[in-house]
Amino acid sequence: MKDNLTRFFASRLGIILVGAVIGILGPLLVKFGNPPNMGICVACFERDIAGALGLHRATAVQYIRPEIIGFVLGSLVAALLFREFKARAGSAPIVRFVLGAFAMIGALAFLGCPWRANFRLAGGDLTAIPALAGLVVGIWGGVLFLKRGYNLGRSQKTYPAVGWIMPLLMVGLLLLAIFQPVFTKDGPIFATAAGKGPGALHAALGVSLGIGLVIGFLAQRTRFCTMGAVRDVILMRDVHLLSGLLALLVAAFLTNLVLGQFNPGYTGQPIAHSNLLWNILGMMLAGLAYALAGGCPGRQLFLAGEGDGDSGIFVLGMITGAAFAHNFGLAASADKVVDGVVQVGGLTIPGMIAVILGLAVCLSIGFTMREKV
Amino acid sequence: MATIVDARGLSCPQPVLQAQKAIQQGDFPITVLVDTVTSRENVRRMAEKNGCQVQVQPVGDEFYLTLTPKT
Repeated sequence: MKDNLTRFFASRLGIILVGAVIGILGPLLVKFGNPPNMGICVACFERDIAGALGLHRATAVQYIRPEIIGFVLGSLVAALLFREFKARAGSAPIVRFVLGAFAMIGALAFLGCPWRANFRLAGGDLTAIPALAGLVVGIWGGVLFLKRGYNLGRSQKTYPAVGWIMPLLMVGLLLLAIFQPVFTKDGPIFATAAGKGPGALHAALGVSLGIGLVIGFLAQRTRFCTMGAVRDVILMRDVHLLSGLLALLVAAFLTNLVLGQFNPGYTGQPIAHSNLLWNILGMMLAGLAYALAGGCPGRQLFLAGEGDGDSGIFVLGMITGAAFAHNFGLAASADKVVDGVVQVGGLTIPGMIAVILGLAVCLSIGFTMREKV
Repeated sequence: MATIVDARGLSCPQPVLQAQKAIQQGDFPITVLVDTVTSRENVRRMAEKNGCQVQVQPVGDEFYLTLTPKT
């Protein structure tokens, strides 16, 4: 029975079905209260968690997002049930931390990870098209490095307890989200006040957690990955993962149509900016960093759930990157509509420098960490 | 001649790339050692697509995949 299920999830039909399920659940989360075109955004949600903990103090984006917790714990359950939980670590962790941090800085220059780029497009946000093009170029750059022998080395099998650290951290976050303890006066846990930003927009905790768990479970079984989808096509003409991603896009588009959440346009889209250059470059940086780290931000959470300590480090790098992005004013500001006139948002000068620096750092990692082939 | 590709501890796409290279070199049978189910499935999918027959032998919590040309 389990073997049959494993075979099904590994099949083309399996990945397409799972992509479609995620594509339906994303817009539904918006319906249930998540921010517009942000049913699921791994980067944004990790950023919100960083804010809730007070690692950054941007009051508009502070909330412990249960979806992230669900992604890790759902994957953990799947890995345990199917005997795939395997603690491993030690493949250049510090490099993964740095890649995670810059992946986040790139994603926040665009205001979304590849997941949200697809959900934005499915909601009619046309700025996602150049951003996705940037993402593809970034991943293509990563593929060139892979072909020239880039690799972060082997991980080692280790004590099961190592693999439990990220899931337990998520349980800790869940307890903080449920009980909202007060640590100091005016201190964490922070939460965006109603009407004061996207952090205040969220589905009920149980709904977000439940959907997160379902997606975590399904994605662990199918290895769903928004970066791998593009990488595998460029690297070996394999459309397996891409078919899942396309299913997500189509299903999300149809669900948005049904729910009346499809509003096509280029400027003034929700929690998005229409600054072409930095949308492209931001996602290019993110794509390159994900390709060098071997997985999109979602996939890193799923891997962390099945015991991969190196993916856990990447996640912690992303959360740290989010803290830097908001403390240093590197994250993009969204388009604003003032008196019916659209003010185009975008990056600050430090934000632009950070993206360029990130590209330089990722290129250096790609060039210097190669085995002879 | 035979080829052994030790891809244990490497994360995808490394095991697939190494196995693909071995297939191109053509020294069958090729034995690919992997230690995750993800790598097992990815290598299997690539090998079958490239006209190979794949036999999987679980060894402890690792997998030995034997790749031979499909007859």
